[in-house]
Amino acid sequence: MTTSFRTAAGGRIDRSRPLRFTFDGRTYTGYAGDTLASALLANGVHRVATSIRYGRPRGIVTAGVAEPSAIVQIEAPFPEPMLAATAIELYDGLVARGLAGQGRLADKPDPARYDATHAHCEVLVVGAGPAGLTAALTAARAGVRVVIVDEQPEPGGALLGTDDRPALDWFAAVAAELRANPDVRFLRRCTAFGYYDDGFVLALEVLDPERTRQRVWRIRAKQVVVATGAHERPVVFAGNDRPGIMQAGAARTYLHRYGVLAGRRAAVFTTNDSAYPAAVELADAGVAIAGIVDPRDEIPAHWRAECERRGIAVHSSHVVTGTSGSDRVTRAHLAPLGGGPRSGLECDVLLVSGGWNPAVHLFSQARGALRFDEALGAFLPGGTVEGVRVAGSAAGVFELAACRAEGAARAAEALSELGVPAALPELPAVPPAPAGQPARVLWRVPGDEPERQFVDLQRDATAADVLQAVGAGLRSVEHVKRYTTISTAHDQGKTSGVVASGIVAEQLGVPVGDLGTTTFRPPYTPVAFAALAGRNTGELHDPVRVTSLHPWHVEHGALFENVGQWKRPWYYPHAGEDLTAAVLRECRAAREGVAMMDASTLGKIDVQGRDAGVLLDRLYTNLMSTLKVGSARYGVMCGVDGMVKDDGTVIRVDENRWLLTTTTGNAAMVLEWMEEWLQTEWPHLQVSLTSVTEHWATVALVGPRSREVLAQVAPGLDVGKEAFPFMSWRDATVAGIPARVCRISFSGELAYEINVNAWYGRALWEALLDAGEPLGITPYGTETMHVLRAEKGYPIIGQDTDGTVTPQDLGMSWIVSKKKPDFVGKRSFDRTENQRADRKHLVGLLPADGSTVLAEGAQILTNPDTPPMLGHVTSSYRSAALGRPFALALVRAGRDRIGETLHAWHDGASVPVTVTGPVLYDSEGARRDG
Amino acid sequence: MTVEQSPLAAFAHEGGDVRIAEIPFLTQLDLRLDPDGPAFPAVAKALGGELPTAPCTASRLGDVDALWLGPDEWLLLAEPGRQRELEVLLRAAIGEEHGAVVDVSAQRTALSLAGPAAREVLARGCSIDLDPRFAPAGTCVQTLLARTGVTIVVQEERFLLLVRASFAQYLAAWLVDSTDGAGR
Repeated sequence: MTTSFRTAAGGRIDRSRPLRFTFDGRTYTGYAGDTLASALLANGVHRVATSIRYGRPRGIVTAGVAEPSAIVQIEAPFPEPMLAATAIELYDGLVARGLAGQGRLADKPDPARYDATHAHCEVLVVGAGPAGLTAALTAARAGVRVVIVDEQPEPGGALLGTDDRPALDWFAAVAAELRANPDVRFLRRCTAFGYYDDGFVLALEVLDPERTRQRVWRIRAKQVVVATGAHERPVVFAGNDRPGIMQAGAARTYLHRYGVLAGRRAAVFTTNDSAYPAAVELADAGVAIAGIVDPRDEIPAHWRAECERRGIAVHSSHVVTGTSGSDRVTRAHLAPLGGGPRSGLECDVLLVSGGWNPAVHLFSQARGALRFDEALGAFLPGGTVEGVRVAGSAAGVFELAACRAEGAARAAEALSELGVPAALPELPAVPPAPAGQPARVLWRVPGDEPERQFVDLQRDATAADVLQAVGAGLRSVEHVKRYTTISTAHDQGKTSGVVASGIVAEQLGVPVGDLGTTTFRPPYTPVAFAALAGRNTGELHDPVRVTSLHPWHVEHGALFENVGQWKRPWYYPHAGEDLTAAVLRECRAAREGVAMMDASTLGKIDVQGRDAGVLLDRLYTNLMSTLKVGSARYGVMCGVDGMVKDDGTVIRVDENRWLLTTTTGNAAMVLEWMEEWLQTEWPHLQVSLTSVTEHWATVALVGPRSREVLAQVAPGLDVGKEAFPFMSWRDATVAGIPARVCRISFSGELAYEINVNAWYGRALWEALLDAGEPLGITPYGTETMHVLRAEKGYPIIGQDTDGTVTPQDLGMSWIVSKKKPDFVGKRSFDRTENQRADRKHLVGLLPADGSTVLAEGAQILTNPDTPPMLGHVTSSYRSAALGRPFALALVRAGRDRIGETLHAWHDGASVPVTVTGPVLYDSEGARRDG
Repeated sequence: MTVEQSPLAAFAHEGGDVRIAEIPFLTQLDLRLDPDGPAFPAVAKALGGELPTAPCTASRLGDVDALWLGPDEWLLLAEPGRQRELEVLLRAAIGEEHGAVVDVSAQRTALSLAGPAAREVLARGCSIDLDPRFAPAGTCVQTLLARTGVTIVVQEERFLLLVRASFAQYLAAWLVDSTDGAGR
């Protein structure tokens, strides 16, 4: 394959390193340093994509991230959709294809790594062009920490696309000095894509396509210098979307940076001076220039002379009105700006420049105000933002010497803000630029084919769409954007947004500055979700919390249930058992013999201080301060609305010390809730709260034979039912371990909760297993725990309640003190709404067929299949003890319906159910003493 | 015989210019005290040094590390097995004043992180500026590392990380993963 559009020499590519790649099924060769776009152009390929709505052929318009047209899909090494060919650095083995507006996500896991890291600096410089490099140099020499990020593989910015050797040599020297400074982090191939509050900037670094593909930098900077350059702007004219129609600056970049000729015969259409050096340099490189079309009457003398010297015709006061060509432009039509006879220029590329838009994205994201500059026809940073400064072309300064001087000045200001003395670096002298002429601001060539005048190539949106939007009465550019979809594609309107504003302004007859632009939102360039996820995938996706007994559960075949971030054993199936069989077996052991479970995840809060009882009285609905040392009490906490928030047990450790438990999922919430009241409402109370959830391992030992097991492992403890009664606790040595044993029960059976330092959790567990083995001690999981507690009508906060349920609704009026003067939630119990007789009550349900396990969430109906709905099933299980399935439900006026038959809508059919009280097993409480 | 088990079973890992190791079974006591109250100097006397009162710092008091956790809260770290002795000492010093001492030795485990790339590994998951000029030895911060809360103590030759026991396996896995490519 010949690379026939490659120059014989020159460019910044490495001609000793050829790279093979495949595009649209054909294999080509490029060089290290190429982009996919430059390598395609070197092979004479202009058409790379197809437009999304009209199926028109599309080519390469830019040489960078503003690309609105050349959108490709990478297929290998790993599928990535919707990438700009102009922003893909070529690598060996790349396989890509052109897109018609939509890409394809990979259907297999991505083997590459995506990393993330934080960085801190005093000065962050975004962009390593003339302004940015000078700013970084100034800051680095002042001795502060500097981060400089730049999207390109090498510094130089826009000058990489010129033949300005002295400037590029100077950049190389500055970059070398910066890299040698340990306090400078120079991130190449790294795009700052979002400015957030207080100098927080996110940047995406592109690394290695195979291994660590990308890294997100989260940079916190005290001062930011934005030196992001400018994007060349198109002019909208009929047929402006054909392959071969390219920005003039892009063609210049392809020539100097990549050694690629965009074509053999170029026509040029420009509204400003910047396309003239492009035309002249291309002519010198052997490209025939068919002519330069310029709407201005006055052409700068210097460039007119340069053109004349090369025999380039300059058509002043003319515009391009249309083009011809099928897969490639073949002819540009021109006519006098005010109308008149048309003529044509034969060409294979048409180079266009409509001026330059400063890349104000980051400044605007930082809430910097923009102002419209009439002379440049562009929006510039207008206001000030604390800690953010804009330098160089991003601030509307386009000459090399001025860019460098401004970069140094902005950095010096930033340093001064930090109180760091700064010296301005000595800058090389630059020969003065030739005298120019003001640009002509031309958004759109007047014409009668607005439907062929493309404004947003990626969205296939035309001037006709803008005119229709304005005709429909839209006046805001934000509305026009949404109506036309202009600037909503992957490129976020880098080439189309301001032009659309200009066309709307023209139509409305108002100044563009009054209309403004659409909002610049992060990300500046597309960022893959994989990059934002970073390492938070797979096993690191979300922390998995485990107890000290977890390894034992794993070794013994437990299946696990996620409870918040905790992994809790769900059940322990024996060979051949399913959930139902295992849970029936585990329940039977707890009700008839002895069983044990890991209850370590319960939240635990140590409460100390002489006012501890006062605080607990105010936060629990029942009276806690009367609890005796050595005793335990169940308690409920309500919110200020009187709704149940959490429940648990409270033990009094000594006169001024208490230990309370919370539900597993609410441990952190309850501690915060208590601290909030303590710190903001009652700071005078002498109480301290400390989380001890994970200090303790807790094992529940349950069943009529649990006393025998405890007696065996705690020979020094009097386990008699009088000596160690229900709702009391004792410190004891259990299996040789210092332990706190509480006689509390969440199953209705005789039961103990044994707490030890978590380092000894497994030793305790195994000692209990050994001691209980002759009795058939059975480990059980959360499912059995749920069945056992539901049989007793014990609610689970968050499952049987949903933040709209009072203690009274749960049938627990007994837990609400009538004596205490006040507690959180008390006032709300007097609200009329909370006193209604038809509130939803927690009741039991027995499916009449004796076999259906109702779906949790099933609606409860009065009639078999018609509203009204009275409530829903909150818990539903098979019961070994009852010999049938049962459910708990919240049912309107449920307690008044006990004995009635209602209907549960289950799995698409109505199931008759009998309403009962919530306590279905041992309602007299005969079993708790064993 | 009973066997102690730490959350990470004395886990250790070397890679990417970083050495990570669990330091199991440290004595850890949570201390609550009014820094302006009369018990404060009494505790200083008992410990042989004043508790740090500057936010985000830690001090070595004899053979006890005192970590500032809040205006009236400290975490005391000591060699294994000193829980009872220190608790008695502190309670005696506090006397009738308001204060609290809680044994939280098993609530968190400790990890040491050392080596030339230790800072780089931490930077991958921690948003705090740990540059030695801004976080010298004696710095103590409570923050997020990856997706779990940690207390980070900057010591002379290493970082000490304290993590809740239930999150320790997650954090260890994250640390090992984050040494990938570090220091190169």
